[in-house]
Amino acid sequence: MNKILNYFKKVLKRFKKKKARQKEESKHYISLKQIKATAKENKRITKAMEKKNNRKNVPEEEYLTKMRDPNNVVEFEDLHSYFYTESGVVKAVDGVSFDIPRKSIVGVVGESGCGKSVTSLSLMKLLQSPQGQIHSGSIRYSAKNGKVYDIAKVPKIDMRKIRGKEMTMIFQEPMTSLNPVFKIGDQLDEILFLHFPETTKKEAKKKSIEMLKIVGIAVPEKVYDRYPHELSGGMRQRVMIAMALSCDPNLIIADEPTTALDVTIQAQILELLRDLKDKINGSIMLITHDLGVIAEMADYVVVMYAGRVVEKGTVKEIFKDPKHPYTMGLQKSIPALNLDSDTLYTIPGTVPNPIDLPNYCYFRDRCNKRFEKCDGPYPPLMNTSSSRKVACYLYEEIQAEFNKEAGGKNGKK
Amino acid sequence: MAKNKKTEKKKTKDLLVVNNLKKYFPVGSAWLEKNKQYVQAVDDVSFTIKEGETLGVVGESGCGKTTLGRTILRLHSITDGEILYDKYDIGKLGKKALRKLRPKIQIIFQDPYSSLSPRMTVGEIIGEAVREHKIVPPEEHQDYIMGVMKSCGLQPYYYRRYPHEFSGGQRQRICVARALALKPDLIICDEPVSALDVSIQAQVINLLNDLQNKFGITYMFISHDLSVVEYISDEIMVMYLGSVVEHGTREQVFKNPMHPYTHALMSAIPIPDPEVKSKKIILKGDIPSPINPPKGCKFHTRCSKCMEICKTVTPKFKEYEEGHKVACHLYSQD
Ligand SMILES: Nc1ncnc2c1ncn2[C@@H]1O[C@H](COP(=O)(O)OP(=O)(O)OP(=O)(O)O)[C@@H](O)[C@H]1O
Ligand code: SF4
Ligand code: SF4
Ligand SMILES: [Mg+2]
Repeated sequence: MNKILNYFKKVLKRFKKKKARQKEESKHYISLKQIKATAKENKRITKAMEKKNNRKNVPEEEYLTKMRDPNNVVEFEDLHSYFYTESGVVKAVDGVSFDIPRKSIVGVVGESGCGKSVTSLSLMKLLQSPQGQIHSGSIRYSAKNGKVYDIAKVPKIDMRKIRGKEMTMIFQEPMTSLNPVFKIGDQLDEILFLHFPETTKKEAKKKSIEMLKIVGIAVPEKVYDRYPHELSGGMRQRVMIAMALSCDPNLIIADEPTTALDVTIQAQILELLRDLKDKINGSIMLITHDLGVIAEMADYVVVMYAGRVVEKGTVKEIFKDPKHPYTMGLQKSIPALNLDSDTLYTIPGTVPNPIDLPNYCYFRDRCNKRFEKCDGPYPPLMNTSSSRKVACYLYEEIQAEFNKEAGGKNGKK
Repeated sequence: MAKNKKTEKKKTKDLLVVNNLKKYFPVGSAWLEKNKQYVQAVDDVSFTIKEGETLGVVGESGCGKTTLGRTILRLHSITDGEILYDKYDIGKLGKKALRKLRPKIQIIFQDPYSSLSPRMTVGEIIGEAVREHKIVPPEEHQDYIMGVMKSCGLQPYYYRRYPHEFSGGQRQRICVARALALKPDLIICDEPVSALDVSIQAQVINLLNDLQNKFGITYMFISHDLSVVEYISDEIMVMYLGSVVEHGTREQVFKNPMHPYTHALMSAIPIPDPEVKSKKIILKGDIPSPINPPKGCKFHTRCSKCMEICKTVTPKFKEYEEGHKVACHLYSQD
């Protein structure tokens, strides 16, 4: 009798354990009901946003604004770009602020998924709609005509005047952005017709061949009549650059422009970009995960982590004296800089889930320098020099000192 | 130096000897044998790897790195030449003998996302081949797998999890564990960290180094990233269009590179230090197609030091100091 009782007790215990485990596991999974509810809610939110985005004949005043500093081409301010997905709101960009000064190369670095591409797509207003939306913040862009637009507010239809003409983009894989069924020449001419409708066919061809020559293509007349698949990866990337340059842009956004290329070809393309920056009198926003490329190319560096800027400054400041524990860790894990050490440093843990971001420093759970203060809210960007900002509590005192000095000198806060 | 510990070790025996290996792939459909075209993916390659050491193989796309690795595993047939492993001639082994040898030579691929079956748990992935090749008695199976996982830095409770639940670095660790579980002597690592972020890349490099120190595993480490190769290798082999252009110890190749291509390759790597403005050697033009490689020295179309002789006569692959071999007319050919 006792035996049977014991047996039942055991079964009961096991059953309870299983239930508890299921409950624990279900925390990580989403029920169908929940998914449906989120989908409905997402639809409501994105529909309203899309409606605003798709308006026509919006008076310009609604999206004209002023630059904080006239020396900048672009100013991101507290940009939030979200994706409304079935499993929740992905906060891909969660409060990003930085400037792109005129005639400079600004490098944006960070690991896969940290929001580099989403930042640049927000600037071009090319987020995948309807789920991808600029939730809040502003992106001020100083156009050639002297007007300043807040891109976050510009309706889709008016964005066409700016995109492709004043702001152009170079992607990682040129094959996906070149149309395989049209000849290179036709695709180049097309851009000119689009932005300068009065161009004649002859003028367009002349200008297109000239562009191909500028980007270092040896026999531009021949390449003009080729199809994209007949070219090598490096040549295609040159064609992409020629396309990006053909309207004399103010700003070129290059998203991993050399990641798919071989090292010797990468060196060619990087040299080309550096040359061009001086020729076109514009700025380049260079996105890459390769710290080496950034060090060679950029004037200013923005380091991103989990959708936020953790540190920014001049290229020398960032590489010679990284301040944020994440940037320090990153540097210690590069083989090229640590040939003398037996083991490379590895940052423990993983990046937080962009759907469920904590309400404290996003790097806290991986940080080897954390202290009591770090349990507080996400640290604001603090100035440690006039060109330098770091989002980390370690630098509160330095910031206080800096503010005192700066305040004494020119009365600025 | 990262490799200090190992240089103290005495010279050990040769584990893998490759002699005049060729691997040609036919392309297109030509009716007549004489019209047939071939990609000369691996063209007369010879080298040896010593037991417990790491040979780094560098070069750009299409230079035949991957084909070389796969041919050693006999995943491709051999066009010509021989591969001697331990006391076996891999090219001459029959199916059965080859199967027996399989566990001894393992491969890790570039992409940790596509090389793991999504429907198998981590334990099954690592254990599958262990069971097949009867590496341990069945009753010890689970303990053995757990042990392997531990030495690769994988938590035991991952055993019942699925690959999609892991990050890129963790997945690559699973791939390493799967290879390691078969107690291999040689692991061919084909761009094992190229798809990973820097911070994750460091985890995998450390793991490979640790395992070598612990178990004396030999690596052939294929990569286009010279800085990773410099960190991990004892010897380095530089390939261009299917041929080896330079081979030497890490110090020889990095401190005293002799071949113009090695020079260009080294100067092309972006250095993560803004104050080092290295003088770049920018090569002209693209990598030629391996179907019709240039005559003479295959590099002559892009070489800034090209001479008349380079266009017609293939330079010999010669030893200029102990263990340092180069194929270039700039150096004496007799
Ligand atoms: N269309 C989309 N729908 C849902 N989430 C998205 C979408 N596009 C991007 N995300 C999410 O936004 C976040 C930031 O992505 P983003 O592409 O900006 O990263 P990244 O920094 O460019 O990375 P990488 O170096 O891999 O290109 C990621 O968590 C990503 O999963
Ligand atoms: S705020 Fe604290 S936890 Fe965050 S990076 Fe700085 S020291 Fe680390
Ligand atoms: S053999 Fe001639 S072409 Fe070839 S690498 Fe040497 S110098 Fe250059
Ligand atoms: Mg991206």
